[in-house]
Amino acid sequence: MAATPISTALPGAAAQPWTPAVSDAVAVAPRQPSWDKVLPFIGPVVLFIVWDLAVRLGFVKAILLPPPIDALSALITGLAGGPLLHDFGMTVWRTVQAFLFAAIVGMPLGVLLGSSEKAYRSVEFLIDFFRSTPSSALIPLFLMIFGVSEINKVAIAAFGALLIVVFNSAYGVINARKQRVMAAKVMGASRWRVFKDVLIWESLQPSFVGLRSAVSMALVIVIVAEMFIGADSGLGNRIINSQQVMNVRDMYASILAAGALGYALNVLFLMLEKRIVHWSGR
Amino acid sequence: MTVVLNAPFNVDVPVPPFRPGPVGTHITIRGLTKYFAGWPLYENFDLDIPKHKITSVFGPNGCGKSTLINMIAGLVPIDSGEILFDGKTLKDTKIGYVFQNYREALFPWMRTIDNIAYPLKLEGKSKAEVDRRMAELVASFDVKFDLNRYPYELSGGQQQTASIMRALAPNPEVLFLDEPFSALDFEMTLFIREKLQEVFMQTGTTMLLVSHDLEEAVYLADEVLLLTKRPTRVAEILPYTDTRPRTIETLTEPSFIHAKKRSLEVFQREVRR
Repeated sequence: MAATPISTALPGAAAQPWTPAVSDAVAVAPRQPSWDKVLPFIGPVVLFIVWDLAVRLGFVKAILLPPPIDALSALITGLAGGPLLHDFGMTVWRTVQAFLFAAIVGMPLGVLLGSSEKAYRSVEFLIDFFRSTPSSALIPLFLMIFGVSEINKVAIAAFGALLIVVFNSAYGVINARKQRVMAAKVMGASRWRVFKDVLIWESLQPSFVGLRSAVSMALVIVIVAEMFIGADSGLGNRIINSQQVMNVRDMYASILAAGALGYALNVLFLMLEKRIVHWSGR
Repeated sequence: MTVVLNAPFNVDVPVPPFRPGPVGTHITIRGLTKYFAGWPLYENFDLDIPKHKITSVFGPNGCGKSTLINMIAGLVPIDSGEILFDGKTLKDTKIGYVFQNYREALFPWMRTIDNIAYPLKLEGKSKAEVDRRMAELVASFDVKFDLNRYPYELSGGQQQTASIMRALAPNPEVLFLDEPFSALDFEMTLFIREKLQEVFMQTGTTMLLVSHDLEEAVYLADEVLLLTKRPTRVAEILPYTDTRPRTIETLTEPSFIHAKKRSLEVFQREVRR
């Protein structure tokens, strides 16, 4: 009674579980890092499959949602010299203009305001108020000032982006490490040297956060403006036009292009920040 | 016919005559008053700090050790009183300051070497002068790490070494050290303590050291300045005269142990008061 289970268990337990245990341990350990590299692609691939299945199995009408392959191929052929490329370029150009205006005016303005706390406190409410106002709500106002023009789309995007840059740069200066300022003062630095050698540098990292949010904001407003302020080009214009003629392939391709643009701009600014503000977070 | 009644008249408020400190005094503090949140921290405080000596400041928590040296260094404004360096004001005096938190004292956007040279550049020194002084400093500190790195790439001890080099670069008359070892591990504390002693023996720079470690305070000091609880007064100034260089053996000498014991007694008396 007692001997049987032992005798049956022994050959199985002694011979078999040992070898796979060892080979598993050896094989799994080095495989771990290659899995890590795959992880970021899982989400997009799953989305792709779910999207494809949803269309294939008829959960969503093909007239509302094209198969992902169609949307992607429209995106690729469109960007490879097709008409989508022109609209993409127009949106990039408008965003860049709005952003450059916001950065070139906003950063110095923010740093100056921040270095005089009294000056900042006196305009703080205005900045906070208009920063909290959705810029798209101001489109009619800008329409009255600039008319239905090319400048209008850039102007409203620049306005929205500008406030973000001013706010972040000013706070960067206001929240500069007090001890670094003291260190400069105790070495005999004048007010101007403290400003030039410490405050501006201290504000760089928050300024970059501001620039990154500002470029996203500029893109959002440019796309909205292209949709609703009588544009004849740009991704926003293209999206709304293809929606009206039910050209869903082209609409999704344009949406994906806008998404890719926003993503690329964000990554670009993260990389720039890492290069320029190399001390950030250390 | 207009006659001014009760015309203002001048009262001769007697101005207390300036009392210079004894011979060998570097910094004279007279009638220093500082209020914090309506309460006196220092009231009519007088002190003489000797020249070419290291004075350690020690006292109960919250008595304003750091505030005292920050007021002398001009980092904290004083309510009233007078602080003179060999009869000059702070404006005409070159000082160096070493912070406890080296991480927020150095400028991370400059290479370490440029951090150290920064006070020289503020003085408008030429490149040749700056280079010569830097070579001097590197030699006297026997620097073993790469000064072309950014401060955040260095260890804590290396960063604090760089902070001290920066403070000493313009050959200051007085060097202020606000708990310079508190953020360092034991090994680096020993290393930097020895460096400071070496620099002091080479240059004889007047140093004012705030410390919360009594052994360290006595070890480096020529004089231990013991403060009372607030409102802060001088409890006692204890001389400690063992010859330099002081070493690990110094820590077990009877004279060292005696000085430390005396300081501790005064400290405990003041804490319990």
